[in-house]
Amino acid sequence: MISLRQGPFDPWKEIEAYQDIAFGHKGTFGATASFVGTMRNFNEGDRVCRMNLEHYPGMTEKHLEQIVAEARRRWDMLDALVIHRVGTIAPDEPIVLVAVWSVHRGAAFDACRYVMEELKSRAPFWKKELLAGGGDRWVEANTNGYQQF
Amino acid sequence: MHHSPEKQRASHINETVLFDARIMTIHVRYFASLREQFGCAEEQLSVDGIETVADVWSRVTEGQSVSAGSVLYAVNMAYAEADTSVDDGDEVAFFPPVTGGAN
Repeated sequence: MISLRQGPFDPWKEIEAYQDIAFGHKGTFGATASFVGTMRNFNEGDRVCRMNLEHYPGMTEKHLEQIVAEARRRWDMLDALVIHRVGTIAPDEPIVLVAVWSVHRGAAFDACRYVMEELKSRAPFWKKELLAGGGDRWVEANTNGYQQF
Repeated sequence: MHHSPEKQRASHINETVLFDARIMTIHVRYFASLREQFGCAEEQLSVDGIETVADVWSRVTEGQSVSAGSVLYAVNMAYAEADTSVDDGDEVAFFPPVTGGAN
């Protein structure tokens, strides 16, 4: 399931609720992998007090559906839950949740990572940071999740 | 039966319009920093001589000081290239590289 949210959400409750209520795989999954992205209060050496996340209504959902469909083709996964914030976000609030259920852990780990990396590099979202010191700026660059530090 | 001159002229005009009917309506949308540079989120173009996304881009940037560096395109909500063809009624979007998710 893909869901865009205007307001805060609790990723752990969402996983629990999805698994308990919306999910038709009880007893068949052996692995759940999840990733939660949370807003930081700093970026590139500056304090950030708010962020505005712009998206392209219609295309963003469509693109996320395509990413999950591709993950289903590549891995033997049972289900996926993707929740993403849009609009104004404050530090400490979760921005994104990706959860993947599968029979064995390999598919869950790999598909979860794949969905998250694809989402970051291609899904139409644009961040604008409001700095604590005044002013705002568009976030132009993206980090590579596979980069080794 | 004798046609009135008005009717004959009307029919002539219609034929001319049909013959020159290369005019397309394109719904153009801008996002993020490009929306700010254009000063609007969307506009309706009624234009002729448009075949590709690149044609739409040169039309909307005419007389505008918009930097063309690393602009992404979508046609009908799917990623497109500069040479992707555009048809009447299409939605064409221009936006900067995406910065989604959490760093």
